[in-house]
Amino acid sequence: PPAHSHSDWIGPPDKHSNLRPVIFYVPPGESALERRLREARQEAQASNQRFWARHNRAFRQEKEEFIYSRLKAKGLEMRDESGQKATLNAEEMADFYKDFLSKNFKKHLQYNRDWYKHNFRITFLMGQVALVRALRWLRWRKKNVEQ
Amino acid sequence: MSAARRCRPPRALAGLFVWRLRNAGIRQIPYRFVHLYHIANDRLITFQYFNFLKRMYVTQYNKDLSQRAKPNSDSTVSPFHDLQQLDQEKKVVHKISPVSPVHRSWSETSSRNELRDMKSAAETEDSVIPVGARSKEDRQWKEMKLRLDDLPGILARLSKIKLTALVVSTASAGFAMAPVPFELTRFLLASLGTGLASCAANSINQFFEVPFDSNMNRTKNRPLVRGQISPLLAVCFAASCGVPGIALLTLGVNPLTGALGAFNIFLYTCCYTPLKRVSIANTWVGAVVGAIPPIMGWTAATGSLDAGALLLGGILYSWQFPHFNALSWGLREDYSRGGYCMMSVTHPELCRRVALRHCLALIGLSTVAPVLDITTWTFPIISLPINLYISYLGFRFYRDADRSSSRKLFFCSLWHLPMLLLVMFTCKKSVLEKEDKGDLPGRSHKRAMEIRLP
Repeated sequence: PPAHSHSDWIGPPDKHSNLRPVIFYVPPGESALERRLREARQEAQASNQRFWARHNRAFRQEKEEFIYSRLKAKGLEMRDESGQKATLNAEEMADFYKDFLSKNFKKHLQYNRDWYKHNFRITFLMGQVALVRALRWLRWRKKNVEQ
Repeated sequence: MSAARRCRPPRALAGLFVWRLRNAGIRQIPYRFVHLYHIANDRLITFQYFNFLKRMYVTQYNKDLSQRAKPNSDSTVSPFHDLQQLDQEKKVVHKISPVSPVHRSWSETSSRNELRDMKSAAETEDSVIPVGARSKEDRQWKEMKLRLDDLPGILARLSKIKLTALVVSTASAGFAMAPVPFELTRFLLASLGTGLASCAANSINQFFEVPFDSNMNRTKNRPLVRGQISPLLAVCFAASCGVPGIALLTLGVNPLTGALGAFNIFLYTCCYTPLKRVSIANTWVGAVVGAIPPIMGWTAATGSLDAGALLLGGILYSWQFPHFNALSWGLREDYSRGGYCMMSVTHPELCRRVALRHCLALIGLSTVAPVLDITTWTFPIISLPINLYISYLGFRFYRDADRSSSRKLFFCSLWHLPMLLLVMFTCKKSVLEKEDKGDLPGRSHKRAMEIRLP
């Protein structure tokens, strides 16, 4: 993002977490409230990134292991004659999906709680900041009109 | 008599539409209302309606699969097969190009929007745009600044405007089926209120699900995921749609409809959305959410919860299962990774059994309709072919449990519902007939009273 920009910038989805990173703009006259908001957003972003990157990596890894073990049980190699990666069909993968979901259930419950907390706090802070800004603008407008 | 009732003075209606055109922030809404008006009036237009449905789902599905076709996928080979299949389907859909100027101008507007939205890399409806171009734009950093001319498109996507349109059309079907004389203002108020409530619910749903949506292929292009709109704005939009919507329903129609609308919003946002990550019961809750709009339409017309309202709700409730279970069959990987508890992942056998069970239930419910005096006996007879067909596809899905049978069932459910509602409407028992037979309970009561009082 360019140096002179006055707004936040959002980037392409991260390779591991599929979340889009945000670079936050720090205005020179940032108030305490605005700083709290920015820090909350940064913290949420970091926590989300950590969770999803680890989760997706675990998914990919376990999926590879599953495919490998199933193929071995069937007596096939990872790559067939044409050099293409051997895959299992959807029905066989279904067992893996079911397993993975139940294994990570508790993890997801915890994450859900955290995410909802983050989300509500950030939105509430955004509301406060917006309100303060609006009042400030109204006061400035009143001052201009009186002059 | 009913034909005369349908012939409204076009000028008054045109006036209403102009008013709506001016007031609607979203450009696409006027065309939706014209769709609705035509549905209430003219049978020919449902052809375009379900084309629009098919096009929407085919393009969405195509996008879904074309995204999976990127080199990243190391999963099953079937996506590549399906991509070819879908290309053929796409061609078929484009060949049945609708005749009405309304539909054409809608697609023109959407392509004009696309050309403008290309810069902000918004989601496009036209599936012809190659995947490569879109992904290149996705790779760029974008300024998180809200541009006012992008706002209508963003809000449309935030409120899932197409789904809202479907919800409003089921509500208007409920209104149309109620055995009372048709009142246009009431109908429009009810439709508008339902539409606003649905927008609010959908926005809150997207607000809650940002990180999960970004991890699933089907939903990763939503506005909040892309940062095109801030969460605060999403909540404000939801409030500014929901509050007037419910107020409109409560004050402009009747309190019962307003209460149902508010309850439905609550059920969808606070029960269904969190429950999706906790238990498979979410599907049943979601089916109730889908069943309430026609009940709202009915109560808007009559002001009371009759057996007919519950029957219509029941039909939509049963329809949700083959529709959703078939759709979720192809999304098992994304659901598993995203942490969603869906029947298709955890209890696949149950998933297919429930879908089949409810396809058969649709036949049963269609037979109950004439018993409750909502339709004539021609309704179960005429609807039997389509109900049998969807039950057959449901049975195939139950037996084969593969991708092609699930997709066939899903696409069938898309045209099955509008067709069923249409047939129901045409077989509706006219109010006059009932009066002649002295069947209406109110009237027979009055007559009984008259006899008793000397």
